[in-house]
Amino acid sequence: MPAPAPANARFAKSHEWILTGEAESPVGISQHAQAELGDVVYIELPEVGRTVTAGESIAVIESVKAASDIYAPVSGEITAVNAAAAAETSLVNSDPYGAGWLFKIKPSSPTELDALLDEAAYLAQAG
Amino acid sequence: MVPFAGWMMPVQYKGITEEHLAVRNACGIFDISHMGEFLVSGPAARDWLNSLLTNNTTRLGVGQGHYTLLLNDQGGVIDDLILYRTGAESWFLVVNASKIDEDFAWMQSRLIVGVSLENASAIYAGLAVQGPRATAVYQQVAGAHLELPGRNGIDSFISLRGGNCIVCRTGYTGEDGFEFFCEADEAAFWWDEFVEHGAAPCGLGARDTLRLEMGYPLNGNDLSPDRTPLEAGLGFFVDMDKPAFTGREALAHQKVHGLPSKLTGLRLTEKGPPLRAHYQVFANGQAIGELCSGGVSPSLGYGIAMAYLPPAFAASGTSLQIDIRGKRHPAETLKKPFYKK
Repeated sequence: MPAPAPANARFAKSHEWILTGEAESPVGISQHAQAELGDVVYIELPEVGRTVTAGESIAVIESVKAASDIYAPVSGEITAVNAAAAAETSLVNSDPYGAGWLFKIKPSSPTELDALLDEAAYLAQAG
Repeated sequence: MVPFAGWMMPVQYKGITEEHLAVRNACGIFDISHMGEFLVSGPAARDWLNSLLTNNTTRLGVGQGHYTLLLNDQGGVIDDLILYRTGAESWFLVVNASKIDEDFAWMQSRLIVGVSLENASAIYAGLAVQGPRATAVYQQVAGAHLELPGRNGIDSFISLRGGNCIVCRTGYTGEDGFEFFCEADEAAFWWDEFVEHGAAPCGLGARDTLRLEMGYPLNGNDLSPDRTPLEAGLGFFVDMDKPAFTGREALAHQKVHGLPSKLTGLRLTEKGPPLRAHYQVFANGQAIGELCSGGVSPSLGYGIAMAYLPPAFAASGTSLQIDIRGKRHPAETLKKPFYKK
């Protein structure tokens, strides 16, 4: 089993997690989402430096089943992308809260983080 | 679980890649109970089937089967199916789940004296056991005295529980194996038996990647009433020399005047997203077709696809582009099957 979500992870209903309390917050997809998607085979990441808006589709994860959009959980600037995960896509399946992170956002309006769910609330609504 | 042809079916049990490789390297089992089974019999059955299907039924001896196609009057594909000869005057047809009603209505409306046609789809469940270890699994379950029929062959026996069991040496994966049809109330028993003896449960996802690696068409994606089997590259299963059959004239016309399109294998030439159905194919900036099937090949590690393309672009090694979310990715055509042992 993969490691549990870090305690400071917050979740969007669209299955992304983001770490709170960091200047540049890593973002990935949830354990639940990676299990639903199945083996990830391709990742399209946003450009570093791009300004994104909460809810905007900014990346694509393709699994053996389907292509899925990844949305920015908060507004801000993309400060880094995980080239290792793009090259070794199975990291998203094996370690979604660790080595399988996708990109980092420098939040422009940190209050948006308050609107996100903690893991228990996320899992409750994800069914 | 996903809806498929009126059934709820699993896409995967443990994971598509793992299940796919189990079939390539050992043995997997698929629930194919959704597929349709027709029984045809009577003194005129052989010639009647020969007039409806593209392959030559007179070449089948008792206990043999072959892949064949049911065409409309325009030569387009209604369905692809396997026809087995179970006796001098009796035949067993396995048809696609989504086409059971259409196939049956088409055949029934063309019935002649001396032929009886029965839709046995509700009676039979089906299990496909596939992979290099499939015969060993069968031997362990059935016992040494019951051997599998030869390639494309069919045999039947009565189970210890009293039900009729039909076993066919056919499949949809490119591996050795068999398809096993039993009465529905015995299906769980046989599934458990095959799994216990080493067959890994496999879902629709692996079924699709396995058949796609072999370049086998999926009706509804790669076959359609608007395309002939010649366009689909299935001329091997069409006997133009036998007596007239439905759709023959349209095929003869294509043989003389050329094919409007060819079902062509494609792959990306650089690392890129997996290919999926309905992506547009471009040549020199012009759209020339769209992918009808696509996916990631677990055996090869890259995306593969098929598309109906104008013959001028169908030769293997032709450089093309595939549009994925607005970006054109360099691609090339290649020969099927994509996967070779």
